[in-house]
Amino acid sequence: MHIPDGYLGPQTYTAAYAAAVPFWVIASRKLNKTLRSKQVPLLALSAAFCFVIMMFNVPIPGGTTGHAVGAVLVAMLLGPWAACIAVSLALIVQALVFGDGGITAIGANCLNMAVIMPFVGYGVYRLIAGRSDTLSRRRWIGAAVGGYVGLNAAALATGIEFGIQPALSHDAAGHALYAPYPLSIAVLAMAVEHLLLFGIIEAVVTGLVIAYIQKTDSSLLYHPAGRITSRGESK
Amino acid sequence: MKTATKLWIGLLALVVLSPLGLILPAKLGAGSAWGEWSAEEIRKLVGYVPSGMSKLGEVWKAPMPDYAFRGQESAPVCTLSVSYIIAGMVGVAVVATLAILVGKILAGRENNEPS
Repeated sequence: MHIPDGYLGPQTYTAAYAAAVPFWVIASRKLNKTLRSKQVPLLALSAAFCFVIMMFNVPIPGGTTGHAVGAVLVAMLLGPWAACIAVSLALIVQALVFGDGGITAIGANCLNMAVIMPFVGYGVYRLIAGRSDTLSRRRWIGAAVGGYVGLNAAALATGIEFGIQPALSHDAAGHALYAPYPLSIAVLAMAVEHLLLFGIIEAVVTGLVIAYIQKTDSSLLYHPAGRITSRGESK
Repeated sequence: MKTATKLWIGLLALVVLSPLGLILPAKLGAGSAWGEWSAEEIRKLVGYVPSGMSKLGEVWKAPMPDYAFRGQESAPVCTLSVSYIIAGMVGVAVVATLAILVGKILAGRENNEPS
């Protein structure tokens, strides 16, 4: 899902940067108010985890590969704004040091995997987990479903970004200047492989890690401000 | 052992296992991720290399492209696996250091906030 350089035209990658920057600014302001020093190691662990889990390319035999991202998992530990920062850092290092994802596409890749994915996935998790106890089954089920939906939302956004390229920029002969496949094909290809395989991998990874954390140290789960104190619970 | 320590150990184990993400696709004949093809692959798929793509595609030369060392493009999978683990270690170190720096800067003002 890492869009390389050359697949998005200047209009698209500039617009994607313009869309991602406000999220980085707001995320920084939010964390400035809420992030505690003792959470910094968890932020580093989260960003590093996202970096590594994206190295596990899962093959479709004879076809393409894909991978989990971990953005929803991070959102469940530190909140969606911290997830935005953590995943963005991983994506920026992947692009600059390892050529995984383009330099021009950092805005788009962060928009897909560090904004859309954690916020959509975390929203789904909150809907399912509700006000359940931190040890409740609804937590890890919400985590798995949130991971599945979050990754698929990111894949859909990526498919749309690829798919609008031929219509936006083509030469007189009708040849695309950037990503060559039209919207119908790009969205279908991204959607099908993530709905059928990579989304399930993300669900398993997210659900398993959250279930493990519930068993070992459920205090690591993120509590939105006010939620925990209103119930007088401190688990 | 603290949960955080266990999680860091788990992360390092993942780095050591990461070549699975290289070996399994190679064994099962899976190619690039959708939309992440090389110029050569794209020529095979659609019959031409989009002109903007060949220009923009060269804007950045990453020091460790594809989680390997430069010049290892046609190295055997076992060599690439070693590079992959080294790249994973380097990546984890760089990402974690950056996150600690960013986190320290952002968490720096906590004295002004009620805890």
